[in-house]
Amino acid sequence: MTPSCPPSTAEAGWLRRRGGEIALWLAVPLAVALFLPEYYLLATHVAALGLFALSLDLLVGYAGLLSLGHAMFFGIGAYTAGLLSVHGWGEPISGLLIAALVAGLVGFITSFAVVRVQHLAQLMVTLGFGLLVFEAANRARWLTGGDDGLQGMDVWPVLGMFEFDLFGQTAFFYTVAVLALCFIIATRVIDSPFGLTLEGLRENPKRMAAIGTPTAARLRQAYVFAAIFAGIAGALMAQTSQFVALETLSFGLSAEVLIMLLLGGAGRRYGGLVGAAVFVIARDLLSDLNPQYWQFGVGGVMVLVVLFAPGGVLGILRSLRQRLMPVARASTAKAAPVTATPATNKGGAA
Amino acid sequence: MLAILLTVLFDGLAYGMLLFLISIGLSVTMGMMGFVNLAHGAFAMFGGYVATTLMQRAGVPFLVTLPVAFALVALASIVVERLLYQRLYRRGPLDQVLFTVGLTFMSVAGITWFYGPSQQPVVLPAFLQGQVSILGLEVGIFRLFLVAVGLLVAAAVVLGVERTRFGAKIRAAVDNPVMATGLGINVGGVFALTFAIGSGLAGLGGALGIQILGLTPAFPLKYLVLFLIVVSVGGLGSVGGALLAACVVGVIDMMTKYFLPEIGSFIIYAVMVALLMWRPHGLLGKKS
Amino acid sequence: MMKKAGLLAALALAGASLANVAVAADDTLRIGVIATFSGPYADYGRQFDAGIQLYLKDHDGKIAGKKVEIVKKDTAGPGPDAAKRFAQELIVRDKVNFLTGLDFSPNAYAVAPIVTQAKIPTVVMNASSSAITTSSPYIARVSFTVQQDSAPMAQWMLKNGIKETYVVVADYASGTDAHNAFEKAFAAGGGKVVGSVRTPMNNPDFSAYVQRIKDEKPQSVFFFFPSGVMPPAFLKAWKERGLDEAGIKLFATGEATDDSYLQATGDVALGLITSHHYSYAHPSELNKKFVKNFYAAFGKEMRPSYFAITAYDGMAAIAGALEKTKGDVSGDKVMEALKGLKLESPRGPIEIDAATRDIVQTVYIRKVEKVDGELVNVEFDKFERVKDPAKEAQ
Repeated sequence: MTPSCPPSTAEAGWLRRRGGEIALWLAVPLAVALFLPEYYLLATHVAALGLFALSLDLLVGYAGLLSLGHAMFFGIGAYTAGLLSVHGWGEPISGLLIAALVAGLVGFITSFAVVRVQHLAQLMVTLGFGLLVFEAANRARWLTGGDDGLQGMDVWPVLGMFEFDLFGQTAFFYTVAVLALCFIIATRVIDSPFGLTLEGLRENPKRMAAIGTPTAARLRQAYVFAAIFAGIAGALMAQTSQFVALETLSFGLSAEVLIMLLLGGAGRRYGGLVGAAVFVIARDLLSDLNPQYWQFGVGGVMVLVVLFAPGGVLGILRSLRQRLMPVARASTAKAAPVTATPATNKGGAA
Repeated sequence: MLAILLTVLFDGLAYGMLLFLISIGLSVTMGMMGFVNLAHGAFAMFGGYVATTLMQRAGVPFLVTLPVAFALVALASIVVERLLYQRLYRRGPLDQVLFTVGLTFMSVAGITWFYGPSQQPVVLPAFLQGQVSILGLEVGIFRLFLVAVGLLVAAAVVLGVERTRFGAKIRAAVDNPVMATGLGINVGGVFALTFAIGSGLAGLGGALGIQILGLTPAFPLKYLVLFLIVVSVGGLGSVGGALLAACVVGVIDMMTKYFLPEIGSFIIYAVMVALLMWRPHGLLGKKS
Repeated sequence: MMKKAGLLAALALAGASLANVAVAADDTLRIGVIATFSGPYADYGRQFDAGIQLYLKDHDGKIAGKKVEIVKKDTAGPGPDAAKRFAQELIVRDKVNFLTGLDFSPNAYAVAPIVTQAKIPTVVMNASSSAITTSSPYIARVSFTVQQDSAPMAQWMLKNGIKETYVVVADYASGTDAHNAFEKAFAAGGGKVVGSVRTPMNNPDFSAYVQRIKDEKPQSVFFFFPSGVMPPAFLKAWKERGLDEAGIKLFATGEATDDSYLQATGDVALGLITSHHYSYAHPSELNKKFVKNFYAAFGKEMRPSYFAITAYDGMAAIAGALEKTKGDVSGDKVMEALKGLKLESPRGPIEIDAATRDIVQTVYIRKVEKVDGELVNVEFDKFERVKDPAKEAQ
């Protein structure tokens, strides 16, 4: 056994940088478990939708692709996990992996079409695909249950030990664990050269092409990544609620997740999570008061965010921090803060 | 069989005219200003509610409500454009999407608050109801009216853009806004007026469409996809394109409803995706 | 930490079930209402609310001597995932003793596993899919099933010389149910369904479908759409294309002439014959009193529909069951008490079938007429003690 060596400077720096983050990831679920056990269900929703929003961030915030049909992958993941469970295979983790695979496959196939077009056409093509999948699922009532939803799901205990209980405790920790894992992977991807390529493509695709980047291929890869994560999020939702509704494929959900992301702040790793948390919690609180107020309120917040806080919640926090601590320690965050207006992807030439 | 085909074709054209009336404003706005106004459906909805309010509360006849809907919505849109939209011209599409969808939510909630969520009734004047026999075909009179109005508007818009001074200013502002300003054209004003006309037309369409599309607060979100399809397939900023795309969408929709009702909207979406892959700028759009 | 939290959860669950009995002594009855209060179907929730509030008003805000607390959750339409989550939250967070509301069938199906697990008695106030009452032993229904309203229409049509028909339904589960139940009953009596079509749910324009019917020229047409915007749109297209003049007779279920939408539907509905279990113009003393109290409490803008009646009856059922159990709210006892419960409702006599926990009631045949300047459904024939045909067949 080698004598213990002091951790290299790079490793120590990493711990210092990410230490706060890790502490946060441990503290928040713990806080929910200790102080808000009645809200497990809500928290699980926040976590699953947060992962969904994170997947959209990869597309919209980092790669600069426009998508109004991202719920397609969420729903495909959900129905895959759901159908597996209904037809006898209720093991959650393998269900999750298979759902990810299926979503990724569909993402791969459609990515060719999506990457070939830009601007409005891209928006409409993603929207069109989403609507097509929705209609197909709606028609295939024998398979999906149609608008009644997929019933009869029976999810086995996680790792054979933790049963999904009425209070949602198992569901919560399961979802948070998967979310954390995906988040780490996403962070790796974003910090990698590939991630930098994506940001380059978002900012100036022509120059990226000029320096020899295979723009279309990189965008397709980003699209597939986003599809995989969205599929995992959908599978989580299905497994924890033991139900799959047609809404998981709807245009409404695609629009909602975009709103969540932009509210939180696109292009910042936590934007999706923060946006999902704010949106879901606010809806839960305000809907009880009066549903009309909720819709008006959400609309109002969206308008205000665009006018006064384009970076979303995280953008506000960042500008607050800069104002309060002008002599910041060497920033380890990414380059320019990304507002909700990444330049649209102009690349796509083969 | 031919009679059936012709009837369905005609119904589809009428439906398409309605879509054209509402979508032409969106196409122009997005094509000329590059502004993604997803609240366009809300303008159409307002036009509808103006019409029903006048009909129900003031007993105004249907035909009179149409120009009033046009005018009021056009005026309202000028206010919205000057106060709000103007700030967002330089922002990216995501900001504009978020903003206009937010405005739509607020309008939907507001309308629900004042009018309730139910369907608004419309009473057509007697001479617009029923059917008339043309060349042996039974043709709905109201649909005939729609086609007539649609063609008139299309002609007026095309003539307006091609023949009038104002139209020349629009074309100049679209081609080269900097140069146009240099020539003394008030580009901002031109855009605002164009936007107003487009929104007014949407309001007119909304009022006309109560009979066929229905009118509830859910209107903007329900039909947004359809308007976007017409605009993207037709080509941004192209009047002819919007007309063509709207008719294509209308006819395909009617045909599938009649001959293949099980397929539903599947075909429209598939056709849209296929058309956009073939021609990303729309059927008659320009590559900018 | 896992174990500790698990222990906490187990204690909480035990506490909740103890609390169920404790609450009975607590003197507050908590009832969770899962319905639609916003969006295009917001009227459903409004009517439920009105019916519930009217019952509470008539009974001093108490049921079986306990103060009643209503907790409402809005699913904004058919939203089974939201309904399921709300059911869970209502049981765990708000500690309700009963669940009710449930206007859309998918919502009812979604809550079934939850209420079974938690043993919470559930009274369905509208959802009309047949299998809902079989999906959980803790669900009873006081509304109706689509089959229950459709089959009698077939029988009546046959009785009155209609031998062939064309069926039009909305393309969703209830539409399919109506189609199947109708066709079965119609064929059983020697009738023939010569064609059918399923229209998409959000469809505003029926001209293509109505044209198709006109070209096929059947003797009659039977249609089923959810109450709201679809029936008036269909009727408008029907009148516009001149199908009455073509001699084609039209029949439907009462959703087409739902009392809360009938005035807005307008004169296109005049003369339409429908089958349903409630009409606002039902000529019983109890109904007249109900309508009078309804208007007194909520003003004349909203007309009571079958949603409001069912909500009222749902509360009456809960009260009736608690009377039998002497205030015991435990799930098994309440369900036993609900079985076989007979009530006199403003719609007529109703009963909760002891075997299926589903509703048994009179189905009326009515015609739309103008009475005192208002459009109403005037009952002129009836089928008594109709059970859900779909379950009868099994």
